[in-house]
Amino acid sequence: MADIDIKGVEKRFGSYTALHAIDLTIRDQEFLVLLGASGCGKTTLLRIVAGLETATSGEVRIGGRRVDGLAPRDRGIAMVFQNYAVFPHMTVFENIAFGLRMKKVPEAEVDRKVKRAAGMMHIDQLLQRYSGQLSGGQRQRVAVARALAVEPAVLLMDEPLSNLDALLRLEMRAELKGVLQESKTTTIYVTHDQVEAMSLADRIAVMNQGRIVQAARATEVYADPATRFVGSFIGNPPMNFLPAEPNGAGLKVAGLTLAPPKAASGRIEFGIRPEDVEIRGDGLPGAIRVVEPLGPHKLLTVDVAGHLFRAVVDNEHAVEPGQAISLRPKPGRGRWFDAETGLALQ
Amino acid sequence: MTATTLAVPATEIAAPSRWGIRISTILLCLWVLVPLYLLAVNAFNAREVVTGWPKAFVPTFDIDSLSFFWNYAGVARALLNSVLVAGLTMILSIGIGAPAGYALARFRFRGKGSFRLLVLMTRAFPLPLLALPLAIFYIRTGLDDTIWGLALVHTVLALPFAILITFSLFTSIPVELEEAAWTLGCTRFQAFLKIVVPLALPGIAASGVFAFVTSWNEVFAASVLTVQNQTLTAFLLTSLDVSPLPLKFAGALVLVVPALIFLFLIRKYLFSLWGIANR
Repeated sequence: MADIDIKGVEKRFGSYTALHAIDLTIRDQEFLVLLGASGCGKTTLLRIVAGLETATSGEVRIGGRRVDGLAPRDRGIAMVFQNYAVFPHMTVFENIAFGLRMKKVPEAEVDRKVKRAAGMMHIDQLLQRYSGQLSGGQRQRVAVARALAVEPAVLLMDEPLSNLDALLRLEMRAELKGVLQESKTTTIYVTHDQVEAMSLADRIAVMNQGRIVQAARATEVYADPATRFVGSFIGNPPMNFLPAEPNGAGLKVAGLTLAPPKAASGRIEFGIRPEDVEIRGDGLPGAIRVVEPLGPHKLLTVDVAGHLFRAVVDNEHAVEPGQAISLRPKPGRGRWFDAETGLALQ
Repeated sequence: MTATTLAVPATEIAAPSRWGIRISTILLCLWVLVPLYLLAVNAFNAREVVTGWPKAFVPTFDIDSLSFFWNYAGVARALLNSVLVAGLTMILSIGIGAPAGYALARFRFRGKGSFRLLVLMTRAFPLPLLALPLAIFYIRTGLDDTIWGLALVHTVLALPFAILITFSLFTSIPVELEEAAWTLGCTRFQAFLKIVVPLALPGIAASGVFAFVTSWNEVFAASVLTVQNQTLTAFLLTSLDVSPLPLKFAGALVLVVPALIFLFLIRKYLFSLWGIANR
């Protein structure tokens, strides 16, 4: 039960800056996902909160208490690692009990709490096994149970599902969400998987090159990306971008003139999600290159004024490669970006 | 030993190279085993058989030579010295080598690469070159002819391997295990004791045994630096000329067998050190 306040946290490795003055506040009981490509600094930030890495400058507060000078054990946190880090020389029971025993919790209570945590993660049957006798998914459960057993104020998870196979990942994702909602622990969860981020997060903080570029609810990050990067990173297939040219009072995008944003100056790009277009006359003219039927809908790759453009359309449309097509952006779905800075324009 | 490491499914290798491997394996084994066998046969034969002709290739299991060796003046004392020096070498090598190996495995520090190289460089100077200055230095400081003095030299010889074995050992233990322990309430030292030590213990023991064997087998420094407190190797070297043949065989056997047993026990760690097989 604690909020986390990160103020001006910077991390430099020699001349390389891994984190640029990060400011981020995580509310009590919030589930925040740090999302970004590998090398963007998300794991470094998590490890700074955990105390496994020291920030070059800046402050971290957990529950109002400044923790940057404290050892990991004094921060009231628990962490789940990407490779699970289940102690191989201890049984599952001893693993889950480890944190409680370090805190000198009476043995009867240790027993009760271990069994409760094991029950939550459905590993009651495995308590006497060693890590070597467990599957990847089971080890993952042990790692989460071990972290939850100490009832931490803050739970930190570093790509906990990325070592599992696709089916298991889906199953564990839903289960984790349930368990964590119940435990009401403030959670920071690091992942590079946007689907995972969208499905789990109360709020997503998208990171790029050591900066948080947008921190907002999943639907908002998806619908209103703060930068061109967010639009291209989130969504599969990602947002389409087309250059825009001034044309009288409006902006001309591939032959279609649209109403411009309020503060428009310099080079501007138009962005639209693949599912936010419909096949209609007086739209963006293009030629279909590839048609991929995906079951519920079709994914089209279209050549629009020399730019590759992806569109998701209903199955009922009869479309063939080579065919000319006109794609009309749905009203209110198009977004404008400054081509120089990548920032979204209102 | 060699034969099992090289065992490869027959189907994967064409016939000629398979025979090549077999023959070289057999030759290598003979190279090592024949002298050992002759040594054992002669150590377990009666004195008359050892000195007589034709030579016997089947032992008669006569422990006459061995008991003669055991009662030979100075042997028991030299044996005790060997054990003491080797034991001290083992403790010193682990005491200095394991922390150095841990530091190499876990910390980034300036000059880490050169340090790893320098560790091996200690073996680049031949001991005979160092023997005279060392002997003079020892006489000046009063370390000459002491068990401690010899154990120090043996530690220097054994240390590179102790450091490299423990380095590869600690590297093989994921750092996340320690980090998990820190987040679960351990100090750095507690995590080391509760997580790293239990996992590393067999390997640390192996590096200790290796240091023991290094010291046990060492002749040169032992002969130069000890006079009264000779180790078994030094004792045998100085009395080889004057001792009868059976004594030499018995002495050689007593020297070889412990070393063989120990090396056999820790072979998998030595393999992993050289990257031959993963644990």
